[in-house]
Amino acid sequence: METLISAFFNGAILRETAPYLWSGFLMTVLLTIVVVPLGLAGGLAIALLSTLKSKVLRITLILYTDLFRAFPPLVLLMFIAFGLPFTGIDLPAFASVALAFLLNTSSYYGEIFRAGIESVPRGQLEAARSTGLGAAQTMAYVVVPQATRNVIPDLISNTLEVVKLTSIASVVALPELLYAARQAQSITYNATPIIAAGIIYLVCLWPLVRLLSRFEHRQIAVH
Amino acid sequence: MAKFADTFLNWEVMAQYAPKIVEGFFVTIQLAIAVVVTGIVVGLVLAVARTFRVRLVNFFIVLMVDLFRALPPLVLIMILYFALPTVGIKFSGFVATWLALSAILAAFSEEIFWAGILAVPRGQWEAARSTGLGFMQAMSHVVLPQAVRLTIPPLTNRTIAITKGTALGATVAVGEILYQAQTGYSFSYNPSPLTLGAIAYLILFIPVVWFGRWVETRFAWKR
Repeated sequence: METLISAFFNGAILRETAPYLWSGFLMTVLLTIVVVPLGLAGGLAIALLSTLKSKVLRITLILYTDLFRAFPPLVLLMFIAFGLPFTGIDLPAFASVALAFLLNTSSYYGEIFRAGIESVPRGQLEAARSTGLGAAQTMAYVVVPQATRNVIPDLISNTLEVVKLTSIASVVALPELLYAARQAQSITYNATPIIAAGIIYLVCLWPLVRLLSRFEHRQIAVH
Repeated sequence: MAKFADTFLNWEVMAQYAPKIVEGFFVTIQLAIAVVVTGIVVGLVLAVARTFRVRLVNFFIVLMVDLFRALPPLVLIMILYFALPTVGIKFSGFVATWLALSAILAAFSEEIFWAGILAVPRGQWEAARSTGLGFMQAMSHVVLPQAVRLTIPPLTNRTIAITKGTALGATVAVGEILYQAQTGYSFSYNPSPLTLGAIAYLILFIPVVWFGRWVETRFAWKR
């Protein structure tokens, strides 16, 4: 027990490395604030574009979503971080991560929004158009608000996955929470920082998990 | 264009590292199968265990499920691989990745199976029991078959997402596709092995993504 505490819950080590972990935490928060809205916007754009009647466009978008859903996010990130510099585009780590996340998460969010838009009855669209709203207005004021409401559980669930996914940024040396914890661990030769990072993720994300678990039960039970 | 091809599709480099990528391809498949089988079986067992409604047992199941849903997979792998050895518990990278991903899949699938079991109307239970079936017989012949059908679409999507997490094994030296691609890239200082790795992932996961799409429409929840 004594060894377990000094290896995993070492107070002295924690005090020493807390500033690192804090700055890592802030970077994770910043990353989340950047990549979640980017992914949401990208996903909504994809879903809206695929409602247009162009067949070419629709096939292109399906290819895009399937392609980026097939790549594990880490593979995409490494390709952008290590491959792209060879084309002369040398992005800073943060931008590489943001780009990889945009490509990956926008395809997931896009699928969710598409399902949402499909769940809005056609009558809503027809009624809106017949009151004199234009196509864009109908989308913005009638279809998208209802579509979004219908898929809120899926949006939250995907957002939780995106927040968790920010930890892969550590692989390209972006100093977010996991990276900071690993650095602190290798400096102190003690696992406390990485356990602390785990606890931080847990404390921040647990409420979201509880909320989702309720939504999911309702979703299956309602069928 | 020639320069681009020479950089990203360099035949010499690709020919040199192709055998390694193929080797990685099979490691990825092995790891994925191990994770899917372990995760789903454990998830199903936990969901059935939960129906006995023993308060203490259920408390621990819910605790475990929440824990593994809130922790990012990479953090879990890092804890297993880098933190546990400090108290004398050592895993290979393969085992650490397998354990982490299986635990996560078990957590998600337990939630999904449990929601499915709850969604089967009580009358089905009562009718089954009143015909003389025991508890486990009613469970395995009446309730589970109905519950599992409901859970197929969400379960398939979740399983696919977690299977892609096998790429995270690259960070703890599991010789799967991404690791081989990355190693090839650092030795040759040419991104062609990364391109090859990306192609390998597409070959592996595009059919899986399409399968997921098909399952979604085939077993769609009636709303």
